[in-house]
Amino acid sequence: MSSDLRDLYQEVILEHSKAPRNYRESPAANRKAEGFNPLCGDRFTIYLTMDGDSIRDVSFQGSGCAISKASASMMTQSMKGKSAAQAAKLFDSFHRLVTGLGQSNGDAELGKLTVFSGVSQFPARVKCATLAWHALQAALEGKQETTTE
Amino acid sequence: MSIAAKTVSGVGFDLGRVRADFPILEQRVHGKSLVYLDNAATSQKPRAVIETISRYYEETNSNVHRAVHHLSEQATNEYEAARKTAKEFLNAADWKEIIFVRGTTEGINLVAQSYGRASVNAGDEVLITVMEHHSNIVPWQILCSERGATLRAAPINDAGELDMDAFSRLLGPKTKLVAVTHVSNALGTINPVQRIVEMAHSWNVPVLVDGAQAVPHLKADVQALDCDFYTFSGHKVYGPTGIGILYGKAALLEKMPPYQGGGDMIMSVTLEKTVYNRLPYKFEAGTPDIAGVIGLGAALEYVSSLGIENVGPHESALLAYATRAVSAIPDLRVIGTAKEKAGVLSFTLGNIHPHDIGTILDQEGIAIRTGHHCSQPVMQHFGVEATARASFALYNTKEEVDRLVRGIERVREVFA
Repeated sequence: MSSDLRDLYQEVILEHSKAPRNYRESPAANRKAEGFNPLCGDRFTIYLTMDGDSIRDVSFQGSGCAISKASASMMTQSMKGKSAAQAAKLFDSFHRLVTGLGQSNGDAELGKLTVFSGVSQFPARVKCATLAWHALQAALEGKQETTTE
Repeated sequence: MSIAAKTVSGVGFDLGRVRADFPILEQRVHGKSLVYLDNAATSQKPRAVIETISRYYEETNSNVHRAVHHLSEQATNEYEAARKTAKEFLNAADWKEIIFVRGTTEGINLVAQSYGRASVNAGDEVLITVMEHHSNIVPWQILCSERGATLRAAPINDAGELDMDAFSRLLGPKTKLVAVTHVSNALGTINPVQRIVEMAHSWNVPVLVDGAQAVPHLKADVQALDCDFYTFSGHKVYGPTGIGILYGKAALLEKMPPYQGGGDMIMSVTLEKTVYNRLPYKFEAGTPDIAGVIGLGAALEYVSSLGIENVGPHESALLAYATRAVSAIPDLRVIGTAKEKAGVLSFTLGNIHPHDIGTILDQEGIAIRTGHHCSQPVMQHFGVEATARASFALYNTKEEVDRLVRGIERVREVFA
């Protein structure tokens, strides 16, 4: 396997794509948004439970490729307890990572999410890596379908 | 490996020489020799086409049907010669029945907007099939919603073949037009167009045939098919992008109102009244893609020089070889198993998403298409979000199929 390909399909990514975390509907969610890529048909629903300004829980369901599914899975893990502003900042940093723009001083701590750095060598796959993140952002902004408790 | 040097026994042309006609095939991708299997999206171009286009711009460039000067006359002659080539290619009765359009999509939209708006009224029906490309669905949806008409779609079976009994039942006095693909882009199914036309004509219903995926692989004889409209894109049959053909029976075209207004489609204009030009110019408003038309002519001549009767069997043999080879791969499911198929091998691989298949194959230098292929109703029928699709052209080889099979094995290793 080429080293680019090994960087893209890291063990952690493959593992999350096969057994995604927080892969469930959340009846208690007070916000919900759909991320859809009309070009490839990938579709995720993000369930967001806010506690004031703080994210209590994020879960997701849907279908997509290994990259989009692993990204959604690891995103849900990294979001719990964050404020909306912190979540937006993390997305910004993640976006810089997968588009190869590099990190800046003010960046949020990406932690395990750095396994997605290989995506930057595959520009066609950036939209896969960020699909769930866009949906989460929409949910945070209350843009898409919103459910009430 | 020396794909280019090898010829396949039983091929009615010299495969090595044919491959040498396509400069792009010499390319290396990610350090591997290119295996181009995305021909249903667009085919590569032979040197004859590329050189014809550059020669036109270097030596002939001028507007057509306008001036009396030398270059304009030459450009007009070459442009009209391409129309005669297209007439021969489709075996049309008359060159006036050949209209240059941007591609299949524009051909269908022309018929929907011109013939459709003049003939389809409230309560009428337009009949298509479930296996159509979006470009043979959406123009009819637009027309039907505008006219208060209903769009019906004949179902397909699990092999991806048209259900002819259902099709027959959906035809009736309300049907004003049938629009059907000759070969499915997502499944490769060859539809029994001649039979479809017979059935539709028994109700006096004209038939439009989407030939985009057919003309690269099989002889499309519009007089034998007796279809009323036939349209295809140049770029899928080794010609340039942005140019295609709409064939229409002269009697129908004569009665149809223009599609677009502008230069070249008029005989005379006053501010009060315009007299439209005769066929085919009535449907060719504005300065056309002259270089594209001439390049398309060169592409059709190229295919004819090899003989579609030689190209078709070579591709069928490749498809059969590839189908046998991939069928041995565990968890691989071929989508589209019609008895009559051309050019296309669509498949899924266990739970591995087609995009991941496409990325890994690309790293091996193998170009395929992944996604819904602009045929979402087909995907829904088979209960899949997307497929991986390898599609064949006259320059593909068994060695390339072997590379594809090894590439798929590599995908399975990555996801093991």
